[in-house]
Amino acid sequence: MRPFAYERATTAEDAVARHAAGDGGGNGRGGTAYLAGGTNLVDLMRLGVAQPARLVDVRRLPLDRIELDTDGGLVIGAAVTNSDLAADRTVREGHPVLAEAVVAGASGQIRNLATVGGNLLQRTRCPYFQDAAKPCNKRNPGSGCPAREGEHHNLAVIGHSAACVATHPSDMAVALAALGASVRIRNAEGERTVSLDDFYRLPGGEPECDTVLEPGELITAVEVPPLGMPSRYRKVRERASFAFALVSVAAALDVDRGAGGGGAAGGEAGGGTIRDVRLALGGVAHRPWRARRAEDVLRGAPATRESFLRAAEAEMEAAEPLRDNGYKVPLARNLIVRTLTELGEGS
Amino acid sequence: MDSANFSGEAVPVHADITLRVNGRERALGVDTRASLLDVLREDLGLTGSKKGCDHGQCGACTVLLDGRRANSCLALAVAHDGADVVTVEGLAAEGELSPVQEAFIENDAFQCGYCTPGQLCSATAVLDEAARGWPSTVTADVSSDPVLDDAEISERMSGNLCRCGAYPGIVAAVRQAALRHRETAERTDA
Repeated sequence: MRPFAYERATTAEDAVARHAAGDGGGNGRGGTAYLAGGTNLVDLMRLGVAQPARLVDVRRLPLDRIELDTDGGLVIGAAVTNSDLAADRTVREGHPVLAEAVVAGASGQIRNLATVGGNLLQRTRCPYFQDAAKPCNKRNPGSGCPAREGEHHNLAVIGHSAACVATHPSDMAVALAALGASVRIRNAEGERTVSLDDFYRLPGGEPECDTVLEPGELITAVEVPPLGMPSRYRKVRERASFAFALVSVAAALDVDRGAGGGGAAGGEAGGGTIRDVRLALGGVAHRPWRARRAEDVLRGAPATRESFLRAAEAEMEAAEPLRDNGYKVPLARNLIVRTLTELGEGS
Repeated sequence: MDSANFSGEAVPVHADITLRVNGRERALGVDTRASLLDVLREDLGLTGSKKGCDHGQCGACTVLLDGRRANSCLALAVAHDGADVVTVEGLAAEGELSPVQEAFIENDAFQCGYCTPGQLCSATAVLDEAARGWPSTVTADVSSDPVLDDAEISERMSGNLCRCGAYPGIVAAVRQAALRHRETAERTDA
């Protein structure tokens, strides 16, 4: 591991000031990086992928609370651990998709260290990004992308570019995308809030930037609006536990079972009309993929398997699978249908 | 002490920290790059915690950090200045094996033993997490409190690999320890 200086910040303002006192540079070679739980950054430093010259530790900042706001929304501090987020009664009852997504990720040990802010900023597990001896446009801009023709069976099928086919690894962020969450960011000028949709980037020609965060900006909290409908997180992976998603789905479904909605055809999900729906996919793109096309198809449609399938197919029409990851397209389609069917049946 | 970084710039890498390890205060001078695992093993001679993968994937380095299980290989010692650490060497209070340790012996829950210290620390925390009602990904309804059945135990122990494949014994041991844990709690409540 490269030598680095270590400082511990006492407040968010102090952290930003300390970061500004260094020479910037983010998590790449040199520069200053924020350290929280360390479960991704320390590993990347050991691999030689991240080589900060200075760490500003933000783990102990007073950002470790989960607050319920007056309308039923949540404000989750950036230093809240994954474990505390998933164990929180308010989250489990009001936003179960979020608790389910968090416990679907990593291991018990890692969830105890990992934080919400760090979870949002974890880097791709693309094998070329993680191998400092290989070219990678995300790690070393302009060096090329061996994944496109190489080992990519678990990489992106949608929204990728010639420069990068990486996926975002977070489960939590997929649930937050479906929930329409926003990220609260502190910088030298003050605070700004960015919706999760705008927070994450597609790779385009600049895959080195995962997010719109400027150097030195610090995530202080995540704001989650109230949900008020059943929700669920479903994840498919290569083994039953402690693995990243091949495909995952975060969904919420509000079905109006009132007039005209009853009497569903035999074998169809519950019947009724879809009043509202939220859908996001993980494991398929450079960012959590909010499935807006599918949502548009579903709003106002009957809550039937046929509608769910039509919506899933509409969303996955934009897919451009690589040589070895075409399986993700039917996998995503089927997982969307299954998850919405379960929610529609109220099971 | 300074070390040159890649640009030849001198970087201060020495830090003085204190840790409470298995109940004893320890003042230490560490390199900022040192993991908690390396400090435990190399500086304090507590070689029970093992280095398997050094990437947080195998769980052999699991310790209780401020009461919660954590991969000590991913924790920079300097970042945990002031922490309370319990390693496998600290599980047997006053020389008496803990219920989890006894259950591992009774259920033949290991073969070579390399992963066992991490398994023991992890299992100790699993009982506590379940008692606090923490859900897992196999909990059918995350708003309800989980019951530690075999599926829950397997899921919660998935951060600890056993290359010998002693998993059936490990699950049986955790099941037995959980039962005793509940009985003890009920007796205490009564």
